[in-house]
Amino acid sequence: MKRLINLTPSRPVQVLLGLLPFALLIVIYMVASDARLEINPDDKLLPSFSQMGAALERLALEPSRRTGEYVFWQDTLSSLKRLGMGIAIAASIGFTIGLLTGALPSAHAPLAPLLTTISLVPPLALLPILFIVFGLGELSKVALIAIGVAPFIARDIQRCTLEIPREQLIKAQTLGASSWQIIVRVLIPQLLPRLINAVRLSLGAGWLFLIASEAIASTDGLGYRIFLVRRYMSMDVILPYVAWITFLAFTLDWLLAQLSRCCFTWHHQGGA
Amino acid sequence: MSEQPMIKARNLWKHYGDNTVLERINVQVHAGEFITMVGASGCGKSTFLKMLLGMESPTYGELLLDDKPIPDEPDQSRGIVFQQYSVFPHLTVLKNVIIAREFEHSPLLGKLFGSARRQVHEEATELLETVGLADAANKYPHELSGGMRQRLAIAQALIRRPRILLLDEPFGALDPGIRNDMHILIRQLWRKHQLTVFMVTHDIKEGFSLGTRLWVFDKLRRDNQAPEAYGASITYDIPVGRADPEELEKLTGLHDPSPVLLRQASDS
Ligand SMILES: Nc1ncnc2c1ncn2[C@@H]1O[C@H](COP(=O)(O)OP(=O)(O)OP(=O)(O)O)[C@@H](O)[C@H]1O
Ligand SMILES: [Mg+2]
Repeated sequence: MKRLINLTPSRPVQVLLGLLPFALLIVIYMVASDARLEINPDDKLLPSFSQMGAALERLALEPSRRTGEYVFWQDTLSSLKRLGMGIAIAASIGFTIGLLTGALPSAHAPLAPLLTTISLVPPLALLPILFIVFGLGELSKVALIAIGVAPFIARDIQRCTLEIPREQLIKAQTLGASSWQIIVRVLIPQLLPRLINAVRLSLGAGWLFLIASEAIASTDGLGYRIFLVRRYMSMDVILPYVAWITFLAFTLDWLLAQLSRCCFTWHHQGGA
Repeated sequence: MSEQPMIKARNLWKHYGDNTVLERINVQVHAGEFITMVGASGCGKSTFLKMLLGMESPTYGELLLDDKPIPDEPDQSRGIVFQQYSVFPHLTVLKNVIIAREFEHSPLLGKLFGSARRQVHEEATELLETVGLADAANKYPHELSGGMRQRLAIAQALIRRPRILLLDEPFGALDPGIRNDMHILIRQLWRKHQLTVFMVTHDIKEGFSLGTRLWVFDKLRRDNQAPEAYGASITYDIPVGRADPEELEKLTGLHDPSPVLLRQASDS
């Protein structure tokens, strides 16, 4: 008998083992849901899959009677727009600040302590301020995501910049490069895959800020919807929405990983 | 060899805080010399190279290039090859070499296009041929072996035609067979490009066979209570064209040199 630490399941077994917990959860849910609905057909806590399907169909495939919109898609579009804008702004600001503070000691001196301090402010505590300053519209939601995520990206990029071996910067200088050329040709190309990675890591926080701000002040969006229907205990809407958000998050992450892999092959094959 | 020495060190000292690394270095180097440097680990060989490169400045004394203080920033007159991390991991072999010319001719974008690019391509390809990397032109550094990566680093260091080439244990990580090829290559390039070479090595055989002059770095004074009180200087300055290996073994054995040096001397 081999030691447990040396025992690696074969590939198909690994896949099966990976799917097992999901199947188990679904079965447990179905049994529990059936049991509750048996006792009380109006139970709202654990709706059956057909109930959830019906709710989703109503929201996704039938135009809303009030506005004529397909609510589910409208929510998805609004949320993704906010998230995308917030993350894009955060990534550009974070990348610029991280790059400058990492590459130029004269930018590091005034900016790094400020950056550290700002990154310690809990962004959600700023939400009321954002609502006061920017109003309840789109701007404050996008701003929350941007403000919440940018410091993390900036610090991550700063760290990555400082981790690029000094030998490379010296080498570039012996090849006659100016500071600007070093930034453009040596640092930025090597930092882009790291930026993608930082964005992937910060998407979780991005979703958190998005849903929080939509829950508080919004008229559409995925977060808005689940908090709205909570009042009616509509688990048949909330659960599919949560699953959909999870799926979107997974897809975004996967797309970014693919983007990084196809644009920066050298990075993923161990070329630093 | 010209009459005037190209590089002069006059009573050169280097401290890091309380740590005296180098002391009382007085040497003159003419253009075209090939200097190999040996010494115990941590005795300041890399520090000396860094001063030649302009990354570090002397604490006391003068380090002159053509009778002027050596520029205190790396520039294209002095090329360098480190033991590792010398090449850009995000660029192919060819682009790693071309980039030097792009820095020169394209201040804003650092990139060349069209006919200017083709011309530089040709030059770079030629250089890659001389270091035996022409077939690997489109590979990335992580796809190369250690020896190929160092060849690339050398080609890259040479494209701007530096007068001085600094090598810090460039072949330390290579196996003996490949190291031999690299020795032949570096001697060829030294002649062809009329370089003045400074090379740090831990391989005393290399120190002998390769250059025209061997420097041994060691501490002349030693205080066991305060090992940082005294720095190393150049204790032997040997024209190795003429020296015979056994002679040196005796020499280095005389003055309680580093264990590393002793071991390597007896190995060889
Ligand atoms: N930036 C620095 N700050 C402080 N001390 C330093 C610095 N760089 C080097 N030193 C010290 O200077 C001494 C000489 O270092 P150096 O790297 O020149 O040694 P070396 O002869 O190249 O050794 P090796 O053969 O191991 O490469 C060491 O004691 C080291 O701790
Ligand atoms: Mg060293």
